[in-house]
Amino acid sequence: MNNLIKGETGDWEVVIGIEVHAQIVSNSKLFSSASTKFGGEHNTQVSFVDAGMPGMLPVINWVCVEQAIRTGLGLNAKINNYSIFDRKNYFYPDLPQGYQISQFKQPIVGEGSVTIDIDDKKSKTIRIERLHLEQDAGKSLHDQHPEFSFVDLNRSGVALMEIVSMPDISSADEAQSYIKKLRSIMRYLGTCDGNMEEGSLRADINVSVRKPGDELGTRCEIKNVNSIKFIGQAIDYEARRQIELIEDSKIIDQETRLFDPKKGETRSMRSKEEAHDYRYFPDPDLLPLSFSENIIEEIKSELPELPDDKKERFQKEYSLSPYDSNILVSEIEIADFFEAVTKGRDPKIAANWITGEFFAAMNKLGFNIVDSPITIDNLSKLIKLIEENIISKRIAKDVFEIMLENNEDPEEIVEREGLKQVSNSGELEKIIDNIIANNPDQVEAVKLKPKLIGWFVGQVMKETNGKANPKLVNDLLNDKLN
Amino acid sequence: MTEFSTLSIKETITSLKNKDFSVSELVDFHISSMENGRELNAFITETADIAREKASDCDQNYSKGEEKPLEGIPLGIKDMFCTKGVKTTASSKMLENFVPPYESTVTQNLWNDGAILLGKLNNDEFAMGSSNETSFFGEVKNPWKNNKDNFTVPGGSSGGSAASVAAGMGLASLGTDTGGSIRQPASFTGTVGLKPTYGRCSRWGIIAFASSLDQAGPITKTVKDCALLLNSICSYDPKDSTSSQKKIPDFEKSTDESVKGMKIGIPKEYEADGISEDITEYLEKGKEWLTESGAEIVEISLPHIKYALPCYYIIAPAEASSNLARYDGVKFTHRVDADNIIDMYEETRSQGFGDEVKRRIMIGTYVLSSGYYDAYYLKAQKVRAMISKDFKEAFKKVDVIYGPSTPSTAFELGDKKKDPLEMYLNDVFTVPVNLAGLPAMSVPVGLDKEKLPVGMQLIGNSFDEESILSIASCIEKSAKFDLNPNKWWINE
Amino acid sequence: MTIDSKLVERIAKLSRISLTETEIKNLSSELDNILNWIEQLSELDTEGINPVFSSFDEEETKYRNDKVNDGGYREDIISNAPLSEDGFFLVPKVVD
Ligand SMILES: [Mg+2]
Ligand SMILES: [Zn+2]
Repeated sequence: MNNLIKGETGDWEVVIGIEVHAQIVSNSKLFSSASTKFGGEHNTQVSFVDAGMPGMLPVINWVCVEQAIRTGLGLNAKINNYSIFDRKNYFYPDLPQGYQISQFKQPIVGEGSVTIDIDDKKSKTIRIERLHLEQDAGKSLHDQHPEFSFVDLNRSGVALMEIVSMPDISSADEAQSYIKKLRSIMRYLGTCDGNMEEGSLRADINVSVRKPGDELGTRCEIKNVNSIKFIGQAIDYEARRQIELIEDSKIIDQETRLFDPKKGETRSMRSKEEAHDYRYFPDPDLLPLSFSENIIEEIKSELPELPDDKKERFQKEYSLSPYDSNILVSEIEIADFFEAVTKGRDPKIAANWITGEFFAAMNKLGFNIVDSPITIDNLSKLIKLIEENIISKRIAKDVFEIMLENNEDPEEIVEREGLKQVSNSGELEKIIDNIIANNPDQVEAVKLKPKLIGWFVGQVMKETNGKANPKLVNDLLNDKLN
Repeated sequence: MTEFSTLSIKETITSLKNKDFSVSELVDFHISSMENGRELNAFITETADIAREKASDCDQNYSKGEEKPLEGIPLGIKDMFCTKGVKTTASSKMLENFVPPYESTVTQNLWNDGAILLGKLNNDEFAMGSSNETSFFGEVKNPWKNNKDNFTVPGGSSGGSAASVAAGMGLASLGTDTGGSIRQPASFTGTVGLKPTYGRCSRWGIIAFASSLDQAGPITKTVKDCALLLNSICSYDPKDSTSSQKKIPDFEKSTDESVKGMKIGIPKEYEADGISEDITEYLEKGKEWLTESGAEIVEISLPHIKYALPCYYIIAPAEASSNLARYDGVKFTHRVDADNIIDMYEETRSQGFGDEVKRRIMIGTYVLSSGYYDAYYLKAQKVRAMISKDFKEAFKKVDVIYGPSTPSTAFELGDKKKDPLEMYLNDVFTVPVNLAGLPAMSVPVGLDKEKLPVGMQLIGNSFDEESILSIASCIEKSAKFDLNPNKWWINE
Repeated sequence: MTIDSKLVERIAKLSRISLTETEIKNLSSELDNILNWIEQLSELDTEGINPVFSSFDEEETKYRNDKVNDGGYREDIISNAPLSEDGFFLVPKVVD
């Protein structure tokens, strides 16, 4: 696949690096015991520590550390059992301490990697530079008052993992796959819920362009993009913008930009009066973060099967295609659902049904797999009915429609509605003989054009209200007509 | 009526147990001392009502025989300690009306032991200063005037804490020490001041100046009182990540230990450092007292100690510049209104902080800024490591290091105000201790030619407050210092 | 190292402190003085020395359990704010 963008002066390459801020799944904050729950009354989930009150001190939450280690392991990364918390100093109204506690020179997690799929056959490795722990800031609301911004500190101090990729991403599609994959891994691990609407996952995207083979171009950072769709739009827009600037012989300013979802554009965040100087230094209120190799091993031994391994297993164990496996492992809930439904059933039929009819229906009804109106048990029974030729695929669709309404047992539906497939050859023979006798012209025609046998199949189905076993009908017709 | 002001905590507790007087009588006396001493400007906030109310509870506890270790002892608290519901200002306009909704761990420990809050004490703004002249609430006067009858400074930053104890307003006080802020004022006022090992006392609820150096400690009239307060304020606090889990000994017991066989180190570097003649004399006297009591004097070397001061003036401002970033006009009392956020920040901080605080924020910002971090901040932390190592080596040979607390006795008000650098040089003997996190105390030994108190410093090994308390007790007995300034501030 | 007024202005900007012309002038010479004095540290060879950022050297990091037992006192959080409304801190409008 070719990721080059055509410009007036030839082809351009896009170089993308992404910094993801992922909110850690934990009950309490990174350095305080206030709740992290989303959507609480403003300023009620704030401790004196989170408000930066004089004399207040941070104390590290072990679970947040564990989550970072777990995520690092999921990214095949090096875990540093000695790391340091630094203060990143800057003024902002929703940063109550006047500094963010983060990790600068010595992060908890070093280099790792994430594999993304380019297509059915090809995959690509995106290298991870580092993962570090840091605090989230509060939130400013700008639309409450004409003169003032309102500050809510509920988020202040919530634990984040900042995951920084190398500039290995070369298209909007790859960027989207990367985010999806990262999110999927963290959801498998239970370390980040990946909810982009609630801000649990935000991406800062560094974009630059160059002629293939050239040095890296000047990059712009697009801050806080919060949906997969916007990530794609922002990159496409930004790459175009930069190419046009260069082709117009203009200079690209290295700057921070914002994506405006309404206009689908990126724009300069604010005129850069001066470069930031964060004056990082080790936080004297905290000790270096250290833990033993044993702890890492212990966490490693408890890791769940991750998407890449699961995909491989699905292909081997269930003989699924890479394509189907990919869809099924994309979310842990889907993978679990599939494995439960397919227990004792034909995995190919189960996979087809889940990725086909079932997903289409969930999408249409706006349901998530976890609140599916059809239970695993009943879907499994439906697969069994198909597998055992009790109903045809066509009838199965009708049964599924009924199931969607009130999760009725498919066996009962088939029984009640009399939908069982007619697989009695004597009965079908009678019907077929009748049709042959009544349509001598068609019988002549089919001798010249064997494809016309489909017409006979259709007639049989019509007579049986679609319940005839199609394979049996085909076999009988072939016998009689050829 | 008993002359309460000459009593130590120890003696007061005995009298209270004997019912010689009541807590209410004691507290009333100290309230009137406090009120009569307003000219000293030691207190920013007087809490007479709280004290009276608590006094009657204490009396009940005595009558029931349920008194706690410091039951009924009125104490002044430096205004760097957050006290729940009681204004806490750090002596800054920035926190002029700040009322903390929480109580610092060390003060809570005192109240749990029955002590009574008499008021909040003046200090240098955000504890930055060595003369208590940088306070937004005005300078504190040392109860000791010099023989020219001129006002002198009480030292700083715990100037109010030291002055109040020397003047008999409260039986003792609490200070904080980042670079000598307990020991230097103690030495200027003839009181006993101790800075514990870093980590002995919780920093939770103490307004931060330089987090890796700050430590709370008592200022008292006697060494034993110092030990008593230490017993109360030291505790392991899970809310402070740098609070020690080491066992806390009975410090009072150490004050009765013999010093026989103890090794006392005198750094040879001290002799080079322009110490006043009077102080050198007391240095020699101290050696005699200690030798007479059976201790052994050993010469030691702290080769890098002369770099401690410049090292400190990088590290402390760096941490302070960050610690004081939270005072931005959004959360705490002082704010200058402006149309945009940047102007609001800049005007609020410009008007809310005094000159010395601004100066230190500027130094701190500079030494951390990009391009200078390695040359200043990182360099200083390496020098700090070398200084710590000097002390570690020394304590392989000796139990306690003995020397002056300050290069001179109390100077006159306004004398060093114009030249910040000259002011900084005051902390030359105290600062190395904070960089190394060691315990140290100042003990009064006598008066100089100007009739001003002289204090000597004892430095102990990490978590060995016991040894310095034993030595201090020995010196106290030999020196027989009389904490009795002429009470010029009381006009009949 | 010489501290000129331009550098002082840059540091003041970073520190979010506005200064008058006189203050800038005074601070330039004061800081210059202090930093020149600090400069004596460069005499010391610190090659190979590990920096010490804190004198606290107890091995064990203390960790908190992941329990929620703090917060829920909004009144206390905003009680010292110079300007607040409906439980929010108010600041001059911030425009990104
Ligand atoms: Mg970043
Ligand atoms: Zn970040």
